[in-house]
Amino acid sequence: MPVHISIPTALRGYAAGAATVAVEANTAGAALDALCAAHPGLANHLRTADGKLRSFVNVYKGEDDIRHLERDATALVDGDTLTIVPSIAGGLRG
Amino acid sequence: MAELSREEIARYSRHLILEEVGMEGQTKLKNSSVLCVGTGGLGSPLLLYLAAAGVGRIGIVDFDVVDASNLQRQIIHGTSTVGQRKVVSARDRIRDLNPHVQVHIYEEPFSSDNALRICQPYDVVVDGTDNFPTRYLVNDACVILGKPNVYGSIFKFEGQASVFNYQGGPNYRDLYPEPPPPGLVPSCAEGGVLGVLPGLIGTIQATETIKILLGKGTTLSGRLLLFDAMNMKFRELRLRPDPDAKPITTLIDYDQFCGVPRREGSREEAPTISGSFDRLTVAEIKHKLDSGWKPFVLDVRGQSEWNIVNIGADALIPHADVGTRLSEVPRDREILVHCKLGGRSSQACQVLAANGYRVTNMEGGITAWAKEIDPRLPTY
Repeated sequence: MPVHISIPTALRGYAAGAATVAVEANTAGAALDALCAAHPGLANHLRTADGKLRSFVNVYKGEDDIRHLERDATALVDGDTLTIVPSIAGGLRG
Repeated sequence: MAELSREEIARYSRHLILEEVGMEGQTKLKNSSVLCVGTGGLGSPLLLYLAAAGVGRIGIVDFDVVDASNLQRQIIHGTSTVGQRKVVSARDRIRDLNPHVQVHIYEEPFSSDNALRICQPYDVVVDGTDNFPTRYLVNDACVILGKPNVYGSIFKFEGQASVFNYQGGPNYRDLYPEPPPPGLVPSCAEGGVLGVLPGLIGTIQATETIKILLGKGTTLSGRLLLFDAMNMKFRELRLRPDPDAKPITTLIDYDQFCGVPRREGSREEAPTISGSFDRLTVAEIKHKLDSGWKPFVLDVRGQSEWNIVNIGADALIPHADVGTRLSEVPRDREILVHCKLGGRSSQACQVLAANGYRVTNMEGGITAWAKEIDPRLPTY
């Protein structure tokens, strides 16, 4: 059984329009890697060139920010959901 | 404390009979003050409900004028106020709704120079802004002054809301320590927004503001509320102070912090982008086209935008797909790329240039083209 990653509207254009993507992974970092492998256009939006999660993108396991858990090493079990929540400004600039 | 007049008692009767508000709570509202930064989609319902609820003093900051394209969601303004300053339009609407409310307007760009002065006289600040520099400025000013910051943000069909810097709770920088660089997150002007969405999020902000003023209930402090209008789902995420956060002690240059390029004539100072390409104004492009230039014109907007207006481009490829659809772009021609305002097209230019194409970005996009070159075209 896979884990499910919820893709925010702002990034769905880089994930072939998908609202959720299922991947096989045991950790949050591996799940994001699998997601980026399936949708390479997402990588630049989620991670910096040296592989760190971008500071304006939060990833939650259940209700908790993985930065407050074990970050990329946060353990996942089958059926877990990761939610990607980028910052949104809601306006004209950008 | 100023007491309620006979007229006010009649007006607020549905509050007064609520035990949780009552004469005591309504008098608190009358003696309280709220600053709303922005009178757009979020600020519109927020200001209307705060005024209707009898918040005694309301401050409004905005530097914009009412445009016809605002009216799909900015319900405090009206057809009769198109072209007016937004602060004036909003103030007049509030006065009509509730003459017992004092309205103070600040028609100036909210900046590091004036933010502390403007926020200081208010109990609560509400973030109804539409851009990252102002969001971080509102947050930092509230942290420095020790004022609660009621947050809301929207994109397409999704919204976020929370209460920051309240009773020792987290602030916006605990949620997002840094803003995205320009171009990595699409804006509402490019992505669109369901008109009723800011109505919901702004009304949630009004609810939280009134609870804070009354000192009642459980606020969103420490929780990020996510709303998905399309599937009508509310979700909550936990929000905590970031142990690694640097203390906020002074206001900074927020345009620089957010990588926003300087205005006008700033081609050289635009954010550094790898893969070099030309940037031409619509006037320069028109001149080149009239002199016989025949580039392959690539529109990188979405199909729905193309359906509103287009300039007969040779291909329509949404900017996010350009990298995977290079085979549709000829290698033996110069490529002229445009979108609505020039942001998405410069991302596409970056991708094309990195793949060896000779590329030019149309600065200002089809909107500039419609304004300066072909005024018969509709703008959106």
